[in-house]
Amino acid sequence: MRVVNGLIDWVDARLPVVNTYKKHMSEYYAPKNFNFWYYFGVLSMVVLVNQLLTGIWLTMFFSPSQGFESVEYIMRDVQWGWLIRYMHAVGASAFFAVVYIHMFRGLMYGSYKPPRELVWIFGMLIYVALMAEGFLGYVLPWGNMSYWGAQVIISLAGAIPFDVLPFIDANDAKEIGEALTTWVRGDYLLSTATVNKFFALHVVAIPLVLVALVFLHILALHEVGSNNPDGVEIKKNKDENGIPKDGIPFHPYYTVKDLPGVIIFMMVFAVVIFYFPTGGGYLIEKPNFAPADPLKTPDHIAPVWYYGPYYAMLRATTIDWFISSKAWGLIAMGGAIAILFLLPWLDRHPVKSIRYKGLLSKITLALFVVDFLILGYLGTQPATGLAKTVAQIGTVYYFLFFIVILPFGHRFEKSKPVPERVTGGH
Amino acid sequence: MKKFFAAILFSCLPVLAVAAGGHDAEYEKAPVNLQDKVSLQNGAKLFVNYCMGCHSLEYLRYGRMADDLGIPDELVLKYMNFTSDKIGDPMQNAMDKDDAKKWFGTAPPDLTLEARLRDPDWLYSYLIGFYEDESRPFGYNNKVFPNVGMPHVMAGMQEAVDEEEFKAAMGDITNFLTYAAEPIAPTRERIGVYVLVFLAILLVPAYLLKKEYWKDVH
Repeated sequence: MRVVNGLIDWVDARLPVVNTYKKHMSEYYAPKNFNFWYYFGVLSMVVLVNQLLTGIWLTMFFSPSQGFESVEYIMRDVQWGWLIRYMHAVGASAFFAVVYIHMFRGLMYGSYKPPRELVWIFGMLIYVALMAEGFLGYVLPWGNMSYWGAQVIISLAGAIPFDVLPFIDANDAKEIGEALTTWVRGDYLLSTATVNKFFALHVVAIPLVLVALVFLHILALHEVGSNNPDGVEIKKNKDENGIPKDGIPFHPYYTVKDLPGVIIFMMVFAVVIFYFPTGGGYLIEKPNFAPADPLKTPDHIAPVWYYGPYYAMLRATTIDWFISSKAWGLIAMGGAIAILFLLPWLDRHPVKSIRYKGLLSKITLALFVVDFLILGYLGTQPATGLAKTVAQIGTVYYFLFFIVILPFGHRFEKSKPVPERVTGGH
Repeated sequence: MKKFFAAILFSCLPVLAVAAGGHDAEYEKAPVNLQDKVSLQNGAKLFVNYCMGCHSLEYLRYGRMADDLGIPDELVLKYMNFTSDKIGDPMQNAMDKDDAKKWFGTAPPDLTLEARLRDPDWLYSYLIGFYEDESRPFGYNNKVFPNVGMPHVMAGMQEAVDEEEFKAAMGDITNFLTYAAEPIAPTRERIGVYVLVFLAILLVPAYLLKKEYWKDVH
């Protein structure tokens, strides 16, 4: 024991190990009233680790110049390759599922409001990096949906309406668009060059960015402290030792509370991996069981479910006013993501948590969730008559929620009084 | 709060109704049973004899099939492998893709993953869906794949046996192709039980630990 203590002292004199452990674990005081929704932060970390580890092992056997063949090689000839591949493919969907719920939690309890704006901004950057990572990874198995999905998404770079700038005419804009798509593909067509490039970005560049952003997300959170379902600042009520009265040390209280949550999540994850690995075509799409074929367009090019809402908005626009409707779609899609960054400044409600907001806030938030789910579903379906109209209404409500309801909604409702201390305990 | 989530769930119901409406009911249910070794062996035999002249199974190895289906290696090499002399080779055929394209209009696709690309029910309905049609070059058309380029290679068998026997044979081919698309499937389902039991047992001490620590949080 003396040797161990001596070693710790030796290291601690040279590196702030004990301090860091205290600051982020044993003396990080988290509100004691976290509920179900607070599991999804740690679950995001669990899935991130799952993606990193299974990703490293897949990289040992995957070959970007033979994407499709090497995935089948992993599925059939590599020992436990099938399990690692399913964990990675299903893990991508799980990542988005837990992150969406995590974001919904923030939206519900106002976790992005001062002083937590940077926590939200870093979280949003993680989300954007994750979308890029998901897209790049989806292309790698080089199935037919990988090919055609990439075709659609890369063509978006050619739809940027540069001709709105006064010194660029339509022809120049078209040329710039073509040059851009060629640059993204790294070739005149989607090819092995593209897959090689995407592989480098998928396994090195974006994961580095992701890990760095997760670090900053948590660092910023631990600086300002966690929000809670009541939206009460626990740091306002401290005891004589300067410890928040409603706070409990993250370790051991939340580490032991997260443990059963993580195990239950793993059980759900295991059920999908072992019994529904393709998720009925929603997690691994059927056309991706055929190799990429430039001559065979799938009947219906659908993104994976987690891009659904934005894809639905991309296709919802029909007006060719000033710029093309495709460019408007691009603006709707980009705007839908960009507007989330502004959330801390758009929400001007004096109350943080949905618990003490008025009826209008509750109904509009519920509608927003329904809207997002419907848009997500429509994004995976063909955009036919009725579906397109619904997507248009959904897009309008999406923006209405952020531009009108969040900034001004509080003027039309009566909020409940917010308590001084957190309620309910656990 | 509970009402709030009930409201969300309730408003999602119409979406589920739309989702359920999209299912194709026109296909016949395929008799897939990956535990039925006799059916799988018969399916493999029929596939090698009727299909493999044109359709390869390039991601499945002879040896893997021999092990999984319980067929001795010597028998596979003698009666099922016409293109190589190694048990570890993939199940290729000798047809030239360019020639095949000239003959049938399109090269016959590799079928290793066909059951996952389509659906076992689609495959089964397709296999039993050929009917005589003089307007087609080979004299047959198909119910689920109109104007398909493939000739009805099982026509002789269909004439020789009664309908039940023919359907059973096509069911066996479907079963075999479902196996070929994901040979690991039965193992995966078996292991899943152990994983879930392990996690369920692990949950007990984890939950008790949480309860013990949280006793003094009020």
